Amino acid sequence: MSVPKPFPSPANPESVILAHAGIHGPLDGTFSLDPRVREDDGAAGDSVDEALVISWLAEIPDPEIPAISIIDLGIVRAVRVADDGACHITITPTYSGCPAMQVIGAAITDALHAHSVMDVVLHTQLTPAWTTDWMTDTGKEKLRNYGIAPPAEQAQVIDISRLRGGAAAVGTAVTAAAAVSRRGMHAVPKPAIACPHCGSTHTEVTSQFGSTPCKALYKCLDCREPFDYFKCH
Amino acid sequence: MDPKVNYLLRLGDNALVLSQQLCRLCGKGPALEEDMALSNVALDLLGQTRLWYEYAAELEGAGRDEDRLAYHRDAHDFKNCLLLEQPNGNYADTMMRQFYFDTWHYFLIAGLTHSSDARIAAIAEKSLKEVTYHLRRSGDLVVRMGDGTAISHAKTQAAADALWMYSGEVFTYDAVDHAMVDAGIAPPADELRTQWLAHVAEIFADATLAMPPKDAWMQSGGKQGRHTEHLGYILAEMQFLQRAYPNAQW
Repeated sequence: MSVPKPFPSPANPESVILAHAGIHGPLDGTFSLDPRVREDDGAAGDSVDEALVISWLAEIPDPEIPAISIIDLGIVRAVRVADDGACHITITPTYSGCPAMQVIGAAITDALHAHSVMDVVLHTQLTPAWTTDWMTDTGKEKLRNYGIAPPAEQAQVIDISRLRGGAAAVGTAVTAAAAVSRRGMHAVPKPAIACPHCGSTHTEVTSQFGSTPCKALYKCLDCREPFDYFKCH
Repeated sequence: MDPKVNYLLRLGDNALVLSQQLCRLCGKGPALEEDMALSNVALDLLGQTRLWYEYAAELEGAGRDEDRLAYHRDAHDFKNCLLLEQPNGNYADTMMRQFYFDTWHYFLIAGLTHSSDARIAAIAEKSLKEVTYHLRRSGDLVVRMGDGTAISHAKTQAAADALWMYSGEVFTYDAVDHAMVDAGIAPPADELRTQWLAHVAEIFADATLAMPPKDAWMQSGGKQGRHTEHLGYILAEMQFLQRAYPNAQW
């Protein structure tokens, strides 16, 4: 029942961090290797490096939204080729109960086996939790072309600092109580969700829960088409 | 049993029992959107269950895995609060049970993101956005049903009153809970109860529902394994396969 290895030790310093808050560059195809890792690989004379592995991973479609790859989705957190040739890949779930994670894990292993990398170690990392902000711009464009409205706003940060005396949250933070207050919710202007079919922002939500945990159901009031919206998360 | 393992099992059992109850409604929701929402919430809770069980099993080190914890324990070993095992009833009953739980769960998970235990804090961080969605939805539905027709109002008020005595168990801390608070792992009861009461009062005001008395007598015992008769039936269905074919694998 547990394909990904549980909770690895903190990220290895040699890991190539792909999708950390604020570091979006590597995901857009302009990936550059950590020089230290490159030197190590050169010394070992190994032809498989992280950039190559990532290019293979970029071919793996998300099982539930095959229009985008797992790299587009931003769930591949780190890739590291160890000195012994073992390939360590860290992935993060979009939702706790996401049933696609096991399929994704198996797809990664299969893809690497197909490229003769037989020693594949999968790690699952929960924190920092995945957010839709990590989805690449290419991924968002692919989603729109596929008929799914991409996340339209920055993911909301719930400020829990007032509860437990921790560090204050940054970004579009709201207090824990305000995040679930109906009055508070109504006070916050909602971003316009554009219909992926006709582009109109004259749309309304049908259901906050859609065909998969990551989507909400919307309808366009102009072209009258229903559509999925990838929830900001 | 180690207090932390016990506490993790309580978190997992709450989520699992409610998930199983919601799964029974799959295909029976009052509207398609509600049907999908029920299954979505059930799936989130099942995912959270696995994260809590996985950690509990590792700490326990007794060779039990998440499946063993879910399928090979009897009712008296389950530590979920009594609220979660109350029957689905009508939709007001289902949603009021959800709303009472979601409100507590949300503020608990928000508090656990600052847990001194890094693994618990990580699981809480992963779960926080999910439980935020859950609470927004159940609060919204309570308002729509409470402030709806005369019949929906009456049924929602009846559900609020009937389930009220099960709403306080989560704030009734025993030695296990106090050990978690002392270690900085879990937030204290009074903090959570203040937040819970404030949010329930706001939603009930919008829903035109009368809030039952705050000092009402509250049921307890689920955390210690003393359950209502309902849990046995839930487990009989959930555990059937492993009871009939022990250790069967997919």
